Formats: sequence, C-alpha cells, structure tokens
Amino acid sequence: MSVTMQADPGNRELIAFRVGKQEFCINVMMVREIRGWTAATRLPRSPRYVRGVINLRGAVLPIVDLAIRLGLPAGEPTARNVIIVVQIGNQQIGLLVDAVSDILTANSANIQPSPDVASDLVKTFVKGLLPVDGRMISLITLDNALPRELEAA
Amino acid sequence: MEDPMAAIRETFFQECEEQLAELETGLIAMENGTAEAETVNAVFRAVHSMKGGAGIFALDSLVRFAHVFETALDKVRSGTLEGTPIVIGVFLRAADVLADLVRAARENGSVDEARTATMVAEFDQINNAGEAPAPAKAAAATTGLFEPVPEESSTWEISFTPRAELYAKANEAAIILRELRRLGDIDVRLDTSGLPDLSELDPEGAYLTWHIKLTSDCDEAAIRHVFEFVEDDCVLLITPPEPPGFAPGTVITGDNGFKFEFFPPSEEEEEPEAEVVAAPPPVAREVQAPPPPPKNQAVEVMAAKAEAAASVSATIRVDLDRVDRMIDLVGELVINEAMLSQRVLEAGIARASGVAMALEELEHLTREIQDSVMAIRAQPVRSVFQRMPRLVREVAAQTHKQVRLVTEGEGTEVDKTVIERIADPLTHMIRNAIDHGLESTERRLEIGKPAEGTVKLIALHRSGRIVLEVSDDGGGINRARVKEKAIENGVIAPDAQLSDDEIDNLIFLPGFSTAAKVSDISGRGVGMDVVRQSVAALGGRISITSRPGLGSTFTLSLPLTLAVLDGMVVSAHGHTLIIPLSAIVETLKPRAQDVFPLDHEINVLALRGGYVPMVDIATSLGYSEQPIEPEQSVALLVEGEGGVRAVLLVDAIHGQRQVVIKSLEANYRAVPGIGAATVMGDGRVALILDVDAMVRDARSDSGARAPEQLVLTDAA
Repeated sequence: MSVTMQADPGNRELIAFRVGKQEFCINVMMVREIRGWTAATRLPRSPRYVRGVINLRGAVLPIVDLAIRLGLPAGEPTARNVIIVVQIGNQQIGLLVDAVSDILTANSANIQPSPDVASDLVKTFVKGLLPVDGRMISLITLDNALPRELEAA
Repeated sequence: MEDPMAAIRETFFQECEEQLAELETGLIAMENGTAEAETVNAVFRAVHSMKGGAGIFALDSLVRFAHVFETALDKVRSGTLEGTPIVIGVFLRAADVLADLVRAARENGSVDEARTATMVAEFDQINNAGEAPAPAKAAAATTGLFEPVPEESSTWEISFTPRAELYAKANEAAIILRELRRLGDIDVRLDTSGLPDLSELDPEGAYLTWHIKLTSDCDEAAIRHVFEFVEDDCVLLITPPEPPGFAPGTVITGDNGFKFEFFPPSEEEEEPEAEVVAAPPPVAREVQAPPPPPKNQAVEVMAAKAEAAASVSATIRVDLDRVDRMIDLVGELVINEAMLSQRVLEAGIARASGVAMALEELEHLTREIQDSVMAIRAQPVRSVFQRMPRLVREVAAQTHKQVRLVTEGEGTEVDKTVIERIADPLTHMIRNAIDHGLESTERRLEIGKPAEGTVKLIALHRSGRIVLEVSDDGGGINRARVKEKAIENGVIAPDAQLSDDEIDNLIFLPGFSTAAKVSDISGRGVGMDVVRQSVAALGGRISITSRPGLGSTFTLSLPLTLAVLDGMVVSAHGHTLIIPLSAIVETLKPRAQDVFPLDHEINVLALRGGYVPMVDIATSLGYSEQPIEPEQSVALLVEGEGGVRAVLLVDAIHGQRQVVIKSLEANYRAVPGIGAATVMGDGRVALILDVDAMVRDARSDSGARAPEQLVLTDAA
C-alpha cells in the first residue's frame, strides 16, 4: 500500500492520518509517540481547538483538535480517537486525529503544490498534496498549530 | 558540548564559586575568632586552587591578584604576619575583588582596575606594617608583579635540566621557556652533551639541559614562579645578575658537583653575602626545595589537598534537569501506584490477599522514593547567606556605619528553587536594615549603644515552612512618622485608629519609604511593597515587628519547595481546580441577605462591616454562562497581592492536598487566571488558580466575563 521510492537524499518518511474524511501527513521525525484518547482538562480562555491538557508521564501536554483547527466538522472525541504526540521546537503537543493510516516515503518530486483557490486556513497549514493510490494526502505544517500569544482571540 | 574546553572552563568557574564561598566562610571565622588551625590552610588552599586553575585558562589578571593574595595569606599561615582585624579586613575586601575578577573572567567582562590596584596597595601596606623589614622587601617585590617597579634590566643565568619525571607528568620544557620569554628577552642554548649513544638511549629518559640568559627586571621569585610546577622534577640553577660593577655573563655551572645551600634573603645576611658575591667566581645557587613553603609544609598542603579531595568525592554534580525529570517520574509512579491499587480493589481482590499486601508495600516504597528524590533538591541556605557578608560590608561602607552581621541556621535546608529566589528579598531586607534600621554611628554613641550595629540573619524550619528573620538593633520603626506619611499619601484616613502592629506593617504598602531622604542604597524606587510582592509570588508571607529604640525584625516565611504546593481542591461547574492554601483567608457559606449587587455584573458580600467583591469562578473562567446562586455556593475569602481581598465562589470544596506544580508554559503558554497545573491521583490534569489574577479581575473594569477580549488585553 505504501509508496516506496528509490533511495534519494530528498526522501522523507511521512506519517499519514485521517481527520474526518480527509487524509493528512506530517514528517515522521516530528512524532514522539502515538497514544489513545484520554479525557483532557479544559483550559479556560483558550481557543476552541485546544481541547485541553492531559498528563503525559508527568508533563502537561496541550491537545489540539486538528478537525477544529483545520475547520472540518468535529465531534466529541471517543476512545477510538488517537493522539499523535509531536515535537515542535522545544514544545510537545498532542494532535487529536481520528486514526493513523499509513507510513509513506516521498520525495519533493511527488509533492504537488496546493491550488491557489484554497482558503486561508488551508494556505496556513497545507504545504503540498501527495497522490497515493488514488487518494490525496495533504502534507501539513504544524508551525501554527498552537495559538500564538497575540492571536488567541 | 561541542567544545570540551568550554565545559572544563565552566567546571573551573563552578569550583571558583565554591572556593570563594569557602574563602569567605574561613575569613569570617578568622574575623570572629572562631578559626581553627585548619581554617587558615583552607583559606590559603582556596586562593591557591583558584590561582592554579586560572593559570590553566591564562586568566592573567586573576592569577596575578590571587598570587598577591596568596602571598599575604601564606605569611599569616606561617606566622610572619599576624591576623589582626585590619589584616582580616583587607583579606575580606580582597575576597570581594577576587570574586569580581572571577566573575569578570567568566563573563569576559571588565574589572575595576583601580579597585584591584588599591587592593594590591593595601596588601603592600599590611605587609609593611605587620612585618620585619626583610620580608617586607619580598612583599614589595611580589606586588611589583602588579605595578612594575622600574628597575634596571639585568641578566639572569638559568640552567634548566629536566628529569624524566618532568616529562612523565606531561610537562613540557618548551612551554616553560615560552613562559620565561614573557618575563623578558631570553637567549636559549641547548646543551646536548648529556645525550648518550642511540643504543644506550632510554626513550623515556631525559638528557637535555637548557642554558638560558634572561634579561629582565624581574626578581628571582618571578622566575621561580615559572618553574613552580616542575621545580621538584628538574635540576634548576638560577644565577642572579651581576651586581653593578661586575661584567655580566661570567659563569654558568651546570655541573652537579656544585651544591650550594639557599640562604633566605634577610637583612643581616645581605651585606656579608654581597661580599661573598664580590669574591671571584660569582656564585650559582642550587635550590632543591622551593624556599617560601619549606618541604614539610608542602607535604602538609598535599595532605590537606588529599583530604579535601576525599570529601569532594562524597558529592557529585548533577544537572538539575535530570533531578527534575526524576521528580516528575516519581510523581507519575505515585499516581500509577494509586491507580493500580484502585483497579485491584475494583477487581474484588480481598484486602488480606497477597496481591493487596504487596501493593501496600509498593505504596510505602514509592512514598519513600518520592521523599528521597525531593531531598536531593534540598540545599542548605548557606549559599545565599554567604553572599550577605559582602553586601553588609558594601552597604556599611556606603552609609558610613559600622555593622556586624550575625548569621544562624545556615544549614537549614530548603528546595533549590526557593534558594534561588530568596536572595533578592533577603538582599533588600538587609539593605533596608542597615540603611533605615540602624542609626548612624554618632547617634548610637549618643544614646549609649555600641558604635557597631548588629544585623542578625536567622534561618529555621517552622511548621513545614522555612522562616528567615532579619533583625537589627537600630531605632525601630518611627510609628509617628509612618502614620503621618500614610495619612499624607492617602493610604489611611486621618482619623484611622491603628494598632502598633498595623502601623508597622504599613511600610509594606506601595510607595512607602520612611527614610527622610531617599538614599541610593535602599531607595532605588523599590520599596518594601516589592519585597512583599515577590515573597507573595513564592507563596510566602512577610511581616515586621518593631520595638522603639531596640530595633526591628522582619520575618519571612516561605514554603520549603516551589515544586509542591498546599492547595484546596474545589470544583466549579464540574471542573476540578486547586486554590493555593496560602492565599485563602477563610471559607464561608454566603447568605442571600449579605449579597448586594454593585452593578449589573459584580456583587459584593457584606463581611464583618466591609464589602468584598465576589468572583464566580465558573463564569469567570468561561466554564459556564449561568452565574452560580451565591447561597448554593461555597465562598472562599482570598487575599491577593498587596492585601487586596475578594470572595471566590465555587460549587464545593473537596479537601486539601499537596500537589506537584507543573508548568503550563513548558508545552503551551500562560493562561490568564491559571497559575500552573498539577496531576491528580486519577492521572488527570487539574489547574491551579492564579488567585492574584482573579482578584485583579474582580477589581478591574476589563471584567472577567469577556474571556477572549481579556486574553487580548493581557497579551498586549
């Protein structure tokens, strides 16, 4: 099922996951672990897509609901949901997704630019589109996953 | 660490800090007359090790100053210089200069050259005053290192024959020659006559001799200093320059047959020796042992060093992050253990069964591990106390007061996080005690007090907290003035009836300074209110008691650790929250008839004749749209920064517990209204309320009811 490319310095390992009906992927090097959903403690005065914080072996981990963050329909998370713990700079955050679907290897040649028509939200997150077995997987960046101090409203 | 040298350098500076502390402690013991025989050695050792380390890193100014210092200390050690209060005073100031030099070297900063030079001059003075003329000459020569005394250059002849041991100890003749070149012009000849045939040559042997002509105005000690670390491993002949009137360069005798005893320079022998020198072949002197510390003393130093090394090996340096990580993990272990016990109970396993018993054992063990790990972070307050004598000296000098600092309880242990943060409030309190508390020397004498004021600094444990007391034997608080000033500033009503205690504590209110004029010591635009705030931020309290004419005592009480907090577990609209116990004044059940609306949003609660604004936690944090009915709620009277009070309304109180504080900023960012987070027994995260922010909300117009807007305001 996975697309295997020839060894190439530009090759990247990507982890693909489902949010609603769409598939997204991020660089596998960012992922620290994948764990099941546990109820999060809501954070007051925070954007809606921050589901709250959970305890990750003694550290307080904020959970970003990617569905809400990406403007997709979202429901209440259940035990079937998955949290992908990623490292962004010095911080670790948890991404709430529906399921992890695949590990892919891709090089820059495979990645198509996203069309210009897309919304601002898409432009902020989607860095490229990856065709795989007739599916379309969006490569996203997480630089803006968490609210910045000034952007919280 | 990409640069191993940087790491070693860092270690050196850490050791310097320790040695400076040791130096200060030792000197103070000497000052107080509580010094033991070993103290002087310890002090000497501290300076000597710093000098040695600094030499490795080519920190020349540090080496030079340490050398001057060390020379004087050595005299005290050997008894040639008496440790009078004046001398110790110079040493204490020299320790400050040394600390500055170390800091400058560490930060690549600059030092106050003038101060260093003054210090050297002071050394010069005590050396002259306290000694027979002859050693005084030697001291002058040493200080000459610092302020070169213009002297005519003369040519020294040095013959240097390393023994195999020298190379075995990784010393290098070339480096020594290079060092010699720094003293003046050198002319080096290599004598290979000792070199055997190749067949007889021991590859690890030493066969070479260097003959060096050094043209320099330095003295013999300076030359010897270059050979300091190799002196025992070589044959060294130093021929002093020809006395005037003799043609230079007559003789070098590398011959081992020539052995002359070293005559320590002294007045009596000066003249006859000059005559000896005047006799035909100028004399080469071979010295087997370095003259200043005779051999038995050197052995003593070595033994002491070994001893010190033994005590050092009993401790290890550990990165604080590692300890913190361990504390986190142990906290998790405790939670996991609790969860496991819960599951076992749920599974219907009898309490008397082997599983349950083993679990109980496990529980004991985990608690014990937790305590032990927390103990790793505990440190004696000594490190902070040691900084205070210097402060006292400086402030005393600035205010022209004589001050004696007495400390007690340096061994009191407290968490490292607390240690780091008590230094500032303490500094301020001590400055305040000297500047405002103590009377001027003249005034003290006038009223029959000793000229020297006493400031006492005490640390002790009291009911799970650390208490720090700073007391002075000054005039106490001038209550009339304080009250006058408070009325003047509109802090209290002119007709207010205040108890003495209440008046004393007025000084903690913002913008309050009782000193007639603002001095540049305490009055840096920072009042006791700032101290109080920074103390409150640590979950601490500060108070003052004062007796007119007898002095004041500041009492500072702090939690033993900032990693753990005593909190009240409450719930607001189904959300569990922790309220720091230190902020809670009392809990009460509000009655409907005591609640009055102030405006459309804010209610106040009538409480013992006053009105306190009420904050509904659930709506204020955005958990609920619907305000809670006050009579359905539990009210907590809390006190925030500056003594401002508010009543917080919650659904219920679930008891007290000690919680481990976890940062929200580490992986997220600060959340307005929330101070930090913690992990509860069920493994879930609970938030710790920022009481100050809540109280502020109740006071400010921005209102807590528009959370999004508030976030913007806070961030701006």
